[in-house]
Amino acid sequence: MRKGFYLLAAAAFLAAGPALAEDTVTIGFTASQTGKLNNDSTSQLRGFELWRDDVNAKGGIKAGGKSYKVKFVSYDDESQGTRVQQLYTRLITQDKAQFLFSPYSSGLVATAAIISEQYGKVMMSIGGAEEKTYKLGNKYLFQTYTGASQYLAGALDVLKHKNPKAKIAFVYEDDPFSKAVAQATRELAKKDGFTVALEESYSSSTTDFGPIINKVISSGADALLGGGHYADGSTLARQLHDQKAKLKWVTLLVAPDSPNFSKLGDSAVGISVPSQWEPQVTYKPDFGPTPAEFAKEFTAKYKIAPGYHAAGGYSGAMILQHAIEKAGSIDPKKVAAELNKTDVTTFFGKCKFSTDPKSHGLQIGHTMVLAQWQMKDGKLVKEVIWPDNAKTANIMY
Amino acid sequence: MIGILASVVDGVLVGAVYGLAAMGLTLIWGVMNVINLSHGAIIVLGMFVVYFLTGATGVSAYVGIPVVVVVGFVAGIIIYWMSVNRVIGRPILMSLLATFSLNMIIIGLATAAWTTSPYNVPVSLPGITVQNYTFTGTHIMAAIIAGAIAGILYLFLHYTRPGKAIRAVASNRDAAELNGIPTRQVLAMAFGLGVALACVSGALIATLFPFTVLSGGAYQLKSFVVTVLGGLGNPAGALLGGIALGMVEGLATPFTPVSWTPIIEFGLFVLTLIAFPRGIFAFTKA
Repeated sequence: MRKGFYLLAAAAFLAAGPALAEDTVTIGFTASQTGKLNNDSTSQLRGFELWRDDVNAKGGIKAGGKSYKVKFVSYDDESQGTRVQQLYTRLITQDKAQFLFSPYSSGLVATAAIISEQYGKVMMSIGGAEEKTYKLGNKYLFQTYTGASQYLAGALDVLKHKNPKAKIAFVYEDDPFSKAVAQATRELAKKDGFTVALEESYSSSTTDFGPIINKVISSGADALLGGGHYADGSTLARQLHDQKAKLKWVTLLVAPDSPNFSKLGDSAVGISVPSQWEPQVTYKPDFGPTPAEFAKEFTAKYKIAPGYHAAGGYSGAMILQHAIEKAGSIDPKKVAAELNKTDVTTFFGKCKFSTDPKSHGLQIGHTMVLAQWQMKDGKLVKEVIWPDNAKTANIMY
Repeated sequence: MIGILASVVDGVLVGAVYGLAAMGLTLIWGVMNVINLSHGAIIVLGMFVVYFLTGATGVSAYVGIPVVVVVGFVAGIIIYWMSVNRVIGRPILMSLLATFSLNMIIIGLATAAWTTSPYNVPVSLPGITVQNYTFTGTHIMAAIIAGAIAGILYLFLHYTRPGKAIRAVASNRDAAELNGIPTRQVLAMAFGLGVALACVSGALIATLFPFTVLSGGAYQLKSFVVTVLGGLGNPAGALLGGIALGMVEGLATPFTPVSWTPIIEFGLFVLTLIAFPRGIFAFTKA
């Protein structure tokens, strides 16, 4: 009787054999399922997941005559750097992740990059725009977003066009990304002859912008540039409207790009946002879906239109897939070498990484657009207003 | 000049709500020597009660305030009998641990249920505009309600039998017991009141600012500062402490970067502890 049981067990094991032998590639990352980065990070995560499902439905990543099904291992980093440090170590040492995606936001990417470089793991950085992290001599970190210093360049172009003597208030979140954006833009603004009427940073957990808005009003500014991420940016927009700040131009980072921003109603009208990508763009991809196909598939699955965080997640993952397929191997060194050669256009736009040892992995191909929330037939819509050759509507100033 | 005045007025309006939050904390301490570390989590509960109430019934957030009071009071009594009753009169560390674990439980359950995404209670009231500065209607309304509730609490504590019983127990529990006051029930009632106050302040804050499950920590910290300013165990002092804190914040912001506000706030906290260990407004002990 017992013998029979062993035989049966052995037979079952053998039968399961081929399934076990299937090749998989494990990709590890953390997402901010809780904490203040939750909104943007969730969009990015959905981008990853949609890509994984697409790839696996087509049989996996094909490299060196093999097909690798994609397996994700991910944890909640609670939007905290200390968690990122622990979890990326765990992803590499315990979960044996072969490749990594970055967490969301510049601060967390900087933390994760220390770990990924220590262990020589290729990490696709999505949602980490601050350039500083890419100027530390990394070898395995690759940035898919346009760098922070370029974020508000478009907004300054619009102001130059509409009001070259504008008095600008810089009000931004006290985090690495927003600070990098604000500092770079302030220098550009001074060069362009604008007056900087106020400069004020606020802590990430700020919910009461009343005192800052009073200062903006006192400064006599007619434009406000700044913000940070979703939670603070949406609050700032709402309170600017409630306190009737009467600004002629407001560009905020990140927050207004989220489809959820339309929930603010009247407070959202006229607010503009630098965007890595909008569904209306018309890039012709070398491979993968077109912008319209991606937007349609994403909307069908998640019942919400994709913002640039979702598109960035999908395209970053796709760039990694492309490099693995070109390398014909999942060896990190070979894949990194292929990533160095990358010069492609996807639905997300152009992608090319710097190979200069001083800024290795920095994105140098991708460009941004400026979008603005406008009221059309009683409905809030986000239109691309800048640059001219990409615009879908006129600037509302 | 008008800018500074606007900033101070704004500070005072918000400060009144912080004062209300601190009243709950200070009442519980004053009556039963328990520092309620679940205070922040309870403030958040108040926020969610008003959020779901307005969402489900469509009534104005202000109409929902009495419901928040009742829910808070009942929740407070339940919490008292479940965890606080066992640790009263024991070493302070026990009550700290009991209320801290309660804090973790509430935050954990709330995170599982509602995630940590930001929520808003949409309230729109016409504000008052003076020159370029606008004082929003919600801020004014919140300050008025906070003041009214503080007044009602004062009348309750001084002119009703249960209120007098609470004060009797606070000043000497043994003597109160000898006089036939059922002290355990009175303690439960005081705890319920403290929690109800925290919940109402949470509901009012929710009408002003967006919140998440994790927002309570910041308001708990502010409550501690206000409580120390006003004198631990002194509800009337807490309201004054809140207003004073708001005023200081309002005065400081036009002249310093806003990111310095916490430094000024906690500097004040330390100075008060050194110069007036019993609180600046301790003379008005209720």
